[in-house]
Amino acid sequence: MSRTIYKPPVQKGFGQFVDALVVLALVYLSLLAPLLLGGTAAESDAPADKPVATWEAMQQNETMAAQWQKLGFDAEKAEPIVSKKFSYEIEAWSLGITVAVIAAYFFFVLKVSDREYREVINERFGPRTGKED
Amino acid sequence: MGTTTAAAGKQEKISLLKVLGPVHVWALGVGIVLVGEYMGWNFSVAKGGAYGALIACWVIGLLYTCVAMIDSEVTSTVAAAGGQYTQAKHIIGPLMAFNVGLYLVMAYTMLEAADALVVGDLLKAVAAQYGAELDPRPFVVLTIAFLAWLNYRGVFMTLTVNFVITAFAVLAILVLFFSTTGIAGGESVLRHSELLTDLPYGWIGVLASLQFGMWYYLGIEGTCQAAEEVRSAGRSIPLGTMGGMMTLLIAASLTWYICTGLIPWEYLGQATTPLYDAARLTGSVELEVILFIGTMFAAIASANGCINDSSRAWFSMSRDRYMPHWFGAVHPRYRTPYRAILFLIPIAVSFAFTGLLDQVITFSILSGLLGYTFMSFNIVRFRRLWPLGSIERGYVHPFHPVPAIVLGLLCGATYFATYLGYGTSLLSIMAFYILVSIWFVVRRYPYVKRGEQFTMPWPRPKGY
Repeated sequence: MSRTIYKPPVQKGFGQFVDALVVLALVYLSLLAPLLLGGTAAESDAPADKPVATWEAMQQNETMAAQWQKLGFDAEKAEPIVSKKFSYEIEAWSLGITVAVIAAYFFFVLKVSDREYREVINERFGPRTGKED
Repeated sequence: MGTTTAAAGKQEKISLLKVLGPVHVWALGVGIVLVGEYMGWNFSVAKGGAYGALIACWVIGLLYTCVAMIDSEVTSTVAAAGGQYTQAKHIIGPLMAFNVGLYLVMAYTMLEAADALVVGDLLKAVAAQYGAELDPRPFVVLTIAFLAWLNYRGVFMTLTVNFVITAFAVLAILVLFFSTTGIAGGESVLRHSELLTDLPYGWIGVLASLQFGMWYYLGIEGTCQAAEEVRSAGRSIPLGTMGGMMTLLIAASLTWYICTGLIPWEYLGQATTPLYDAARLTGSVELEVILFIGTMFAAIASANGCINDSSRAWFSMSRDRYMPHWFGAVHPRYRTPYRAILFLIPIAVSFAFTGLLDQVITFSILSGLLGYTFMSFNIVRFRRLWPLGSIERGYVHPFHPVPAIVLGLLCGATYFATYLGYGTSLLSIMAFYILVSIWFVVRRYPYVKRGEQFTMPWPRPKGY
């Protein structure tokens, strides 16, 4: 059997320029999307009963307080940093969507890649004869 | 090989120069990553406390040991620029290769932007210490422009510079360790018993800290990008990569030990330059100067390595027409992928000035993580399509398939950690890779020459 060689079209300069721009536009869009959708790092709301800005109230012992001061922070300046807390709430639906999206992505990429890979191998080595393995 | 236009106007084939040895491979890998010890790893302290960060350091260290083992085998066998991209092309198929190439370009270009920001921020902080105000932006642009020029002029000089400045940055950590622990003389200034606390968020915090734990090692797999430019891929890549991994495991553990013994965890979790802050806390001007230079060198070495790697990945994709072919040119005199280098520079600068550092870092980490996920099934398929003995391998990693399984499981845990901290970003970045994959299938794949995607002198893969 003779090999069929695929001959791709030649792309003009303008088309190449547009293609580079498309990828860049998608990158910037995905960087901005979390801001537009209103969600980045998972921080909890500031507690209603905020402690008074003293080292004791912030549970900082003498050594900790001394190190904060050497770094140029008094208790009041350190308070926003010490009281900042993360919230690790797991919502079943959003976790489910995330898992599904990642799985679907890899499934799609692997499935299409396999089809394309067969084209590559058939062109490189010729069509299968059934005696290869 | 790439194409370039000769003076007479006709097209010539010119290849990249084979001038690198194991030391350069080490300098490329450690150079890219070491900045993670100087900044970035400490965000894992905010996520899970000091002990959480230590657990993350070792668990993610295991993930990267698996990456280094797998990479050493595949890259020493598939020795071509593009590293994992070229591996994917030969083992999985074009769409996977396109995605892997983009993971590399995005991970390194965004890391480069973060590195340049560190240079600017550090200069601004030091100026502020002396009562001066400094706009860091010109320094960010200058850093990237200078490194781009270095990369444009040739890979040997680029990575020789990287070796010198990376070695200094490693030594700076060792000097700080010996000085603060009292091993070099005097009393230890570390106060672990008074500064360390229990896990602030319990074990869920430890899981969450895995995301930024990747900063201890993110980019070590970039050693593969040098595969086409090393004199002996079978020797240099495994030696440079595994040596680099050992250096990083030691440097990461020392960094954690020094910083948590000097800095309260709440401050450490948000510090921009934790090792420099640790040096300030010792009260020694000499240590402060050494760590200032160390931080600058680490950030510059990382940006330098990132330019090297992102341009190789972009160049390789363009050479194969996965991306516009114009970028797949090699400089006729310097033998570098100069168009890819120049194209990515303004992009890195723009990332640095978006004001979205959180997003940029998450994009970089997640792109790296997607690449590691690919590696876990890539090695299984590599061994299945070409069993041991069927082709010549530069290196065979032991205990297969254990590293692949462990890598897959740890990648799953790190996706979960990213979901905990940056769930929306995770989804938007996945949306990017899905959209761009569809775009490749519809728009770019028709330009790809099918048979030319397989260039290794191997027999037909089993089952195909």
